Amino acid sequence: MFDSSFQEPLLTPTEGNRHPWRPATEESPLVRRILIAVAVLGLAVLVVAPLGVVFAEALAKGAGAAIASLASPDALSAIKLTLLVAGISVPVNAVFGVAAAWTITKFDFRGKAFLITLIDLPFSISPVVAGLALVLLFGANSLIGGWLVAQGFPIIFALPGIVLASVFVTFPFVARELIPVMIEQGRTEEEAALTLGASGWRVFRTVTLPNIKWALLYGVLLCNARAMGEFGAVAVVSGKIRGQTATMPITIEMMYNEYLSVAAFTLAAVLALLGLLTLALKTLLEWRHADQLSAIRRH
Amino acid sequence: MHIEIDEIAKEFGATTALKPVSLAIPSGALVALLGPSGSGKTTLLRILGGLEFPTSGRVLFDGQDATGMTVQERRAGFVFQSYALFKHMTVFENIAYGLRARPRATRPPEAEIQRRVSKLLDLIQLPQIATRFPSQLSGGQRQRVALARALAIEPRMLLLDEPFGALDAQVRKELRQGLREIHDTTGLTTVFVTHDQDEAMELADLVVVMSMGRIEQVGRPQDIRARPATAFVRQFIEA
Repeated sequence: MFDSSFQEPLLTPTEGNRHPWRPATEESPLVRRILIAVAVLGLAVLVVAPLGVVFAEALAKGAGAAIASLASPDALSAIKLTLLVAGISVPVNAVFGVAAAWTITKFDFRGKAFLITLIDLPFSISPVVAGLALVLLFGANSLIGGWLVAQGFPIIFALPGIVLASVFVTFPFVARELIPVMIEQGRTEEEAALTLGASGWRVFRTVTLPNIKWALLYGVLLCNARAMGEFGAVAVVSGKIRGQTATMPITIEMMYNEYLSVAAFTLAAVLALLGLLTLALKTLLEWRHADQLSAIRRH
Repeated sequence: MHIEIDEIAKEFGATTALKPVSLAIPSGALVALLGPSGSGKTTLLRILGGLEFPTSGRVLFDGQDATGMTVQERRAGFVFQSYALFKHMTVFENIAYGLRARPRATRPPEAEIQRRVSKLLDLIQLPQIATRFPSQLSGGQRQRVALARALAIEPRMLLLDEPFGALDAQVRKELRQGLREIHDTTGLTTVFVTHDQDEAMELADLVVVMSMGRIEQVGRPQDIRARPATAFVRQFIEA
């Protein structure tokens, strides 16, 4: 299996050397087969099988039943709400993430390490805790929340709360992708642009952004996938009002608890498809710009 | 342009990069800042270019205080150690960058940009590479493109940070000659940083030897060779 890529040895193995000639980084065929088997098995059990089951369950009573369940007002409203929430929180976090990564990598200041830790905070805090914190801060019984409700702009059990929860949970994705890339690139290209007379905004637009666009795209896609799939934090702040504040993950859970398995799994399949679509989009973009990507990486 | 450095000092937090140093660079000179790493030579160059600001002291361009001038206002053609070419742009776009970055009122029309870029490509003797990307160039070609890009803004001075540092010995010799010729044709006041005493002695009209944030000696190459002012200078130029 590996012989096709195996090069003819330039030196014949000396007598008494019992191991066949092999590049230093290559493992023996047995080890390689074991490693491949472990990887395939892991992938099958953890990724392919669950995804397959979701689609199988969705189609258990035929495609007609699945499509009909999607047309229900609850399902439609959940899909709309999820897309709306992702549509707001992803751009917001793209801007926040770029600003945070820019600040951290291009300037030296006190408290930088603290800021990096702060950006990671949403990864280390349980989403439920984040949701509860938002309820305490913006709930009708709190100072800010009470005032906002009186102004006719409730946050908790409404769209703003769901967006806030999603933004909080997905906050690190873009910044985390960008920071290592921007550190590696350093500041000299930006400095060069400045010496050539470019304004700060022009430098960002014509030098920084083109250099980080792939990392940015990757961060945005991860952020999007997570924003659409977030359950814990949204469950706390949304109040799970059917047809109003129930996003796709929450609607799926409610349907499943009510033994509406076709409806639950169909919606789950749609959510999975949205995730797969994001991945496909990324692959397509990478494939279409392969030459550009390699030109940058070769440098 | 005449450059006057008046008691410039620079501290980064607790470390002192430059003790107060003073230096006058006559208009049109080709000056080498020579010293080991950590001697403050790059810091001084970056202060001239407006990329770093001094903790104290003044910089004067043609007698006018330029200490607070922004990097864009200084119009210093800067060549970076690793060239810092924009890797997602062609050679043409790299060289045209400074012209396109000008405010609309002073931005040359497209035909004029074309003309100037091709003139600069002729000057660096690489007329054929306009459509290539930096990744497709050799080290020596990259250096010359960086030089052309810096010259495109019609700079008031030329500042180069270890311009030959990343090149092999053969190319280095050729490009030294190239820089000399470009300096002589443009007449620009040129300051370059180097740690290589041969390079400084061979190329510069005036050599500034630096060590530990201080200027040890300023003089013509032959004078420094004949009469090193301090033990450090003697040791360094003999090394």
